[in-house]
Amino acid sequence: MSDARLFDALFGAGQHEVVIDGHFVAGPARLGNTPVAVIGTWDTAAVDGDLALAIAGEILRVVEADQGATPRPIIFIADTQGQALSRREELLGLNGCFAHVARCVDLARRSGHPTLTLIHGEAVSGGFLAFGMLADRVIALPESQVRVMDLRAMSRVTKIELERLQTLAKASPVFAPGADNYWRMGAVSTLWESTDGDWPDMLAEELAQARDVAGQDIRARTGAERGGRDLADPVAREVAGG
Amino acid sequence: MSRRISYFEASARARVAALADAGSFTEFCPPAQRRTSPHLARLDAPVAFDDGVVVGSATVDGQPVLIAAQEGKFNGGAVGEVHGAKIRGLLERAAREKPAAVLLLVDSGGVRLHEANAGLIAISEIMRALMAAQAAGVPVFALIGGSCGAFGGMGIVTRLCDEVIMSEEGRLGLSGPEVIETVKGVGEFDSRDRSLVWRVTGGKLRRALGEATRLVDDDAASFRAAAVAALTNHRSAPGDLASLKAAQAALTERRAAHPDTRDGLEVWRAMGLPQPEAVPMLAADTFNQQLAQLATEA
Repeated sequence: MSDARLFDALFGAGQHEVVIDGHFVAGPARLGNTPVAVIGTWDTAAVDGDLALAIAGEILRVVEADQGATPRPIIFIADTQGQALSRREELLGLNGCFAHVARCVDLARRSGHPTLTLIHGEAVSGGFLAFGMLADRVIALPESQVRVMDLRAMSRVTKIELERLQTLAKASPVFAPGADNYWRMGAVSTLWESTDGDWPDMLAEELAQARDVAGQDIRARTGAERGGRDLADPVAREVAGG
Repeated sequence: MSRRISYFEASARARVAALADAGSFTEFCPPAQRRTSPHLARLDAPVAFDDGVVVGSATVDGQPVLIAAQEGKFNGGAVGEVHGAKIRGLLERAAREKPAAVLLLVDSGGVRLHEANAGLIAISEIMRALMAAQAAGVPVFALIGGSCGAFGGMGIVTRLCDEVIMSEEGRLGLSGPEVIETVKGVGEFDSRDRSLVWRVTGGKLRRALGEATRLVDDDAASFRAAAVAALTNHRSAPGDLASLKAAQAALTERRAAHPDTRDGLEVWRAMGLPQPEAVPMLAADTFNQQLAQLATEA
């Protein structure tokens, strides 16, 4: 469940003009003296084509507005239950809308915008893949959730007993829901576990780190360092050669 | 003239053999290296020595390419940690070596649930590596004509490609019909109505909407001919602001042009194809000619 007080906590009251419009959020904010752009999904959104295009359109507006100026950092807010499930969306090619969003995030990156995602509420599967997961840095806010599918559904599909999955989930981060699992595997950069602390300061520090890694995908290496994903980095390097 | 090989029925390795020039394929991270999935093993699920994807270099019509081919018969071609890392590594190699193109022979339902988190992250890594290869000037082509189609994250990856070569048998989407039926009910999407499934996800609909760039018959030689044609004259996918604004406008316009459409039949009818009901049975050539005819009249 999204909470509008989030933006006061992140930027300070009066430091943002973020507008919540149903499942879409966007607007300018300031982090100290640094102007930033906020773009994202809200209130456990099921991301459909209209929402994907709203996100993409906003990214393009920010990139265009900053041409010839200092590219503003873009802060993505991810709160999504995943992609919308509908025959009409499939027919119209929802996957293509998501790919378009990804290309817009990539354009922002190549244009020099640092990108950072805040997971607020939950980040599930396709709705997360489209934009939030592609940022240079991903922060999971307190009590946020990340997953592909819950264990019950996974048990039904894989035909593996739920008890067995639950037991294995304690030892391995590889399939069970949890922001901490995604941290161990390198896809979540930082877990913010407490609502105490100076969030604007913390956010400014995260942005500085996002600038440092801009253009590199360090997730597999990070996952190996944290002991959650040992094979992705060596196998990719073996195939990449050079 | 060699015997016709059904692309739909062929294995990943048979598809690679049919596409590549004879004797030109070199595999990276081959089965002899036993890069199996430890996560499948932990769940006592069967493993494969190539983890369900074949990657390597080859020439096609004399041009150097890198190829990845997913094996739909192993776990539905689903992407796990090793499988995904192989595709990502291939795209990174492409950015450095700059082959004429990367061919992705997609046959996948998306993320492998036994290692769901690793699979989801791997697809995100593939997306970034694919766009980096394109930014380095290497076009990426998707070929879709297997039994698993291209769904989930691989459906998104496919739509990042410069060209999408499909047969009618191939399917492209995000959520599979079974998933939609399970969650939303049979009234939303009847996954057992095969003709409906193909009218919503199949190659002809995707070609009509411009998502597939080339439609071919279910024949490995036709896929090869389309790949050769794409190598010679591919539609690049420029990622600059003007192009993405145009793409944004086109996607927005499509939604407005088909406000209530839930069946490919309605798309074909609205486009003015002569016999919309007959479209599913048309040979690829005939369908392509009808589309070309409409484009000339427009």
